[in-house]
Amino acid sequence: MHDLAFDIAHLLTGSLVLVSFMLLYQGRMFSLLNVFALHAFVLSLSVAWQALVQGAPHLYVTAALALVFKAIVIPVALHRIVRRLGIHQTLEIVAGIGPTMLAGMGLVALSIVVMLPVTVGVDTLAREDLAFALSVVLLGLLMMVTRRNAVSQVIGFMSLENGLVLAATGAKGMPLVVEISIAFSILIAFIVIGIFLFRIRERFDTVDVHALDRFRGERL
Amino acid sequence: MTPLSFDAVMAVLAIPVVAAGGLALLPGYRIPARLNVVAAFLTFLASSSLFIARPEPGTYFLVDDLNIVFIVLTTFVGFTTSAFSASYIAHELDTGRLTPMYLRFYHAMYQVLMFAMNLALIANNVGLMWVAIELATLTTVLMVGIYRTHEALEAAWKYFILGSVGIALALLGTILFYVAAQPVVGPGLDAMAWTILIEEVAAFDPALLNLAFVFLLLGYGTKVGLAPLHAWLPDAHAEGPTPISAVLSGLLLNVALYAVLRFKMLLAANADALAPGPLMVTMGLSSLIFAAFMLYRRRDIKRMFAYSSIEHMGIITFAFGMGGPLANFAGLLHMTMHSLTKSAIFFAVGHIAQVKGTQRLSEIRGLTETHPVLGWGLVLGVMAIAGLPPLGIFMSEFLVVSSTFAREPLLAIPLVAGLLVGFGALLLRLNGIAFGEPHGGTGPAQASYVPMFTHLALALVAGVYLPPPLVTWFLHVAALLG
Repeated sequence: MHDLAFDIAHLLTGSLVLVSFMLLYQGRMFSLLNVFALHAFVLSLSVAWQALVQGAPHLYVTAALALVFKAIVIPVALHRIVRRLGIHQTLEIVAGIGPTMLAGMGLVALSIVVMLPVTVGVDTLAREDLAFALSVVLLGLLMMVTRRNAVSQVIGFMSLENGLVLAATGAKGMPLVVEISIAFSILIAFIVIGIFLFRIRERFDTVDVHALDRFRGERL
Repeated sequence: MTPLSFDAVMAVLAIPVVAAGGLALLPGYRIPARLNVVAAFLTFLASSSLFIARPEPGTYFLVDDLNIVFIVLTTFVGFTTSAFSASYIAHELDTGRLTPMYLRFYHAMYQVLMFAMNLALIANNVGLMWVAIELATLTTVLMVGIYRTHEALEAAWKYFILGSVGIALALLGTILFYVAAQPVVGPGLDAMAWTILIEEVAAFDPALLNLAFVFLLLGYGTKVGLAPLHAWLPDAHAEGPTPISAVLSGLLLNVALYAVLRFKMLLAANADALAPGPLMVTMGLSSLIFAAFMLYRRRDIKRMFAYSSIEHMGIITFAFGMGGPLANFAGLLHMTMHSLTKSAIFFAVGHIAQVKGTQRLSEIRGLTETHPVLGWGLVLGVMAIAGLPPLGIFMSEFLVVSSTFAREPLLAIPLVAGLLVGFGALLLRLNGIAFGEPHGGTGPAQASYVPMFTHLALALVAGVYLPPPLVTWFLHVAALLG
């Protein structure tokens, strides 16, 4: 069971979780974008490896999509948007770095505790893949919660989505993976284009709770 | 598979796609608005023909007794809403809230939304259904933000973030379901097809199914608008164009609920998996009670009816969670009645907000004096939605309550309390809106009242007399739901 293919798959998915942690503590916009590009790059490597190991050539499409679209196009586009709209370069993390990292570790532990016992019947590779994928999803959620800024929320969502792609490729022979990853890419593309077209600049700069109350039109 | 029935399924999907393409190209608003109505009507006809000639389930598409109810309801409300939209949108263009360019986009998106909802309902594949619901989310996000005011963008953003997280969790649940199915069914499309899953589900690993269902319930539950995942819903309803509020409340919430129901049926068919009922009962009940109290604090008319939608989705989820023939029957009936009534209310509210020039409850007063038809239409609609006899919702709520009393008397107490609290809030607000000293604009409404009164008449007829074939049909579906 513990052959080289298994170890490499393990290494790649493990690195994805690690990069998710790196995303959590980035305090600068451009470094956040770069780390996200790395996240997508590791994902595409991992998916490509799965494609090779499972002998499923259609997964190469997903891997290529992750590489071209999420590791190159989106970060470059976001770079440009950030520069063009003059968005703040420093990011605040609501709860502080320390507690956020601790919470992240708790989530990883949680997903292992949840996932491993219920997947006894599944083969080991898919099983640990799923546990890691759930960690990446939860870390993405954590990032969306701890960031107030729209670009970092989008990054958080995209890292969450990378976790889902990881889970989908880990499930052996799952159909429609390519279609699903395309659907997700369209979703993200729309959002990024939407950010740019609508130029919701205020949204990037200040979103504190009081501003939200005003927008809700219920504070008289 | 007969050629005719195959065509009907294709037509339900293809007409909206073709119409969306055409509407994206056509300039002006009169012709596109009519074309939108015609396309929606044709889709409705095509879906009705599914009653007569039912196609065999295929690899990708499936029409069975359960989803045909949803499909016909969706296409019908889609059709009437498009008729309402035609009279609503002219005013938006006059006041400059929408430019012709955005209007083109709006009409095209309306048809894409119809396509996505029909696809989600008709899909025989959990992955395809997920893609369709994602598409529906995406189009509604774009439409909610179409006015491009700060509030609208804020609402669209919130909807996008929460909706995407919900959709993402649902996908994780779907993947886990596949992982559970794969050892038994084998890899490939079969392990995602309803028709095959429902036969084989008894042999799946129950622990994995449980985990998958929790994610699916949370994920699709976000789209249903169940508390505590409902936060996007009031904003999205309040800030988007009113036809979209009507479609969101009347249809899209149902589509998400349909997804939950399908998975509930799967879980129920596995003896060792956790019973999905109590989870749904809890979420439904908490949505109902939460929304009922929140109704008192609303100052915006569309937001108020959005909370009322949360309340009713709570009741429906509760009923389906209770299970059993009677509660399921009540849930189905309530869902149908809620779709008809709530969209009728939004039709009225859309025109009211236009003539009054505001959505603030404090500035809308004495409607029955200034605009008798709209005012009384709203009164009738709110009476229906609050659950007064002899309208349809009274009957379905009565059935929900009586079946709960018969089986779980303790649960009936919070249920009835929630219903009464919501009832009080609606009547209190209605009193202010419809009666009293007139306030706000008194200009004539350029409204078409036909869609609104058609829906209300249907709700009234259903409350008084349900045709026996319909009852038999619903009872049959209720038995299927388990």
